[in-house]
Amino acid sequence: MTDAADGSRPAPGSAVEATHMGDPDDRGRFGDFGGRFVPESLVPACQELEAAFRAAWSDDAFHTELDDRLRTYAGRPSPVTEAENLSRRLGVRVLLKREDLNHTGSHKINNVIGQALLTRHMGKKRLIAETGAGQHGVAAATAAALFDLDCVVYMGEVDVERQALNVFRMELLGAEVRPVSSGSRTLKDAINEAMRDWVASVETTHYCIGSVMGPHPYPWMVRELQRVIGDEARVQSKELLDGGDPDLVVACVGGGSNAAGIFAGFAEGPARLVGVQPDGGAAIGRGLPGVVHGSASLLLQDEHGQVSEAHSVSAGLDYPGVGPEHAHLAATGRAEYVTVTDAEVLDAFELLSRSEGIIPALEPAHAIAWVAREAGGAIPTGATVLVNLSGRGDKDAEQVMRIRKGTR
Amino acid sequence: MTPTTQVGPLEASLRARRDAGHKLLAPYVTGGLTDDWTEVLRAVAAAGADAIEVGIPFSDPVMDGPTIQEASATALARGVTPPSILHDLTGVDAGVPLVAMTYYNLAYRMGELRFARSLAAAGVAGAILPDLPLDESAGWEAEAAAAGIETVLLAAPVTSDDRLGEIAARSRGFVYGVSLMGITGERAEVASSAAVMAKRLKAVTDKPVLIGFGVSTPRQAVEVCAEADGVIVASALIRTLLAGGGPEAAADFVGGLREALDRG
Ligand SMILES: Cc1ncc(COP(=O)(O)O)c(C=O)c1O
Repeated sequence: MTDAADGSRPAPGSAVEATHMGDPDDRGRFGDFGGRFVPESLVPACQELEAAFRAAWSDDAFHTELDDRLRTYAGRPSPVTEAENLSRRLGVRVLLKREDLNHTGSHKINNVIGQALLTRHMGKKRLIAETGAGQHGVAAATAAALFDLDCVVYMGEVDVERQALNVFRMELLGAEVRPVSSGSRTLKDAINEAMRDWVASVETTHYCIGSVMGPHPYPWMVRELQRVIGDEARVQSKELLDGGDPDLVVACVGGGSNAAGIFAGFAEGPARLVGVQPDGGAAIGRGLPGVVHGSASLLLQDEHGQVSEAHSVSAGLDYPGVGPEHAHLAATGRAEYVTVTDAEVLDAFELLSRSEGIIPALEPAHAIAWVAREAGGAIPTGATVLVNLSGRGDKDAEQVMRIRKGTR
Repeated sequence: MTPTTQVGPLEASLRARRDAGHKLLAPYVTGGLTDDWTEVLRAVAAAGADAIEVGIPFSDPVMDGPTIQEASATALARGVTPPSILHDLTGVDAGVPLVAMTYYNLAYRMGELRFARSLAAAGVAGAILPDLPLDESAGWEAEAAAAGIETVLLAAPVTSDDRLGEIAARSRGFVYGVSLMGITGERAEVASSAAVMAKRLKAVTDKPVLIGFGVSTPRQAVEVCAEADGVIVASALIRTLLAGGGPEAAADFVGGLREALDRG
């Protein structure tokens, strides 16, 4: 079901294009990717969640409740900011979609409020989540507090150390943080541990996956819950651009939820969609087709299929896989996926801070880094570039301070 | 002859043992755990195993508890790979059927048919892929059958009656009933769901029904076999091996299980 099997990008406005970022097929496939590769114990829960999500998503009352929570609790809509100083400096017009201004500091809140509402609809009382940077854990702990759910968050030991402040925030919010000491002790292993918990607790527990990954319906459901970013941004950028779309829409890619959310608003338009991956976690480009954590996608792995460890200065992007829909968007050529180095990211972290007075999270600093590098190159001078600023940098300030002082 | 309905050597062997009045015992051994791991297989077979599950270690074993995770990590750190394990197996005639237990990505990476053929070439009779549920496994099942590999499917306590029927119908070799909602690992008591699982499966199939997950002691094995045709024992045996026990210790442990099952 690949739209453009030759990998070419369909012409804007072509018939093929309208199918980009549509619903997956009934097995949860986006082209060759997706599906539901889980132990038999989890199949009924995935089916139940899919039914609950389909019912909710076609129910006006659910949307009213969700929209109301996003508006009055999370602080939506988030604005779009003209980055005037940066634009002058780079020679391209940079617009920032300000997901950093959301409650809890990132786009992750959009997803968890939706999933927490579904948890309530399914009659479950306990949420589990995995977290890398801690942002999804903080968001999940927040939604659990709001909706009176028990909450356990799995986090790799390495990340517990580099995101100590977020661990404390989760605990303040009443969640239990369980450090994971197996494997690479980062996000991938936290996901393994959360899945193990879920297998044992599935009848009472909802696994609140933090990105567009995992078994069907998660990649689709999480993209739909994040679509609000793109839908808002499209209206907002039309106002700024005299009814037009930006030339490029750029977002960082860990699992890919903030990127999927903003891409969803522009996929049927003419904008170039660009996902920015860390050099040490470039599943699209260096990865091979593989199956882990519930879906078929692209995955960093060795020749035998053992999953490799990813490396990134940013805990939120330190993941060897990518959501299946991104693998599909790459295969069809509708989106481009690029990489930046940790050093470029640290420069971009300072660049945005100094030029705009906005300290970004290290994750969206990847998107800024690519724009800074490619302005006048892959990004033509004078182009308009909408960057999804997925989160704010408070959580990363201490880590960057330590890096700058050379203490780690 | 449709390969999907044929009784293969694994099922034939287990049926024959069961029909002769024996309870079936299938221990699990992590491939490549130690230098002498194939000696462990021979010892375990000699001590009374009816089939042996050979784990092909995977980096992200989501269905496994700490013991098997540790064994997988240890083996991988020793540098083992699917080809090296299959190479080691070639020529090991344990005298009982071997069933590979691993995760789907290893088969996917190598290519399903190639993977199935290399299992068969190494003398393996069946395969268990716990992260490949019914809805995703048809392609693999066909390739495996074409290579002469019997795909054992797993049923869980939450599996609906409809799915249970389909799992039993499509499973080859035997049907693997997961005793409880959870991951592998020793448990102090057999979950009450184990007997329910076994009864439900026995009601829909004449294939051998083996129960695994949490069965750790001779007493527990006997208890589970009140309803089931047999048991799979993994973590308790692996713990012995991780503690430095070699083929003899493994044989002692499996012999204890055999004796208890034979006594009934
Ligand atoms: C601010 C921020 N952006 C991006 C990500 C990466 O996730 P995703 O690719 O799903 O947006 C994270 C993950 O922790 C994050 O905290």
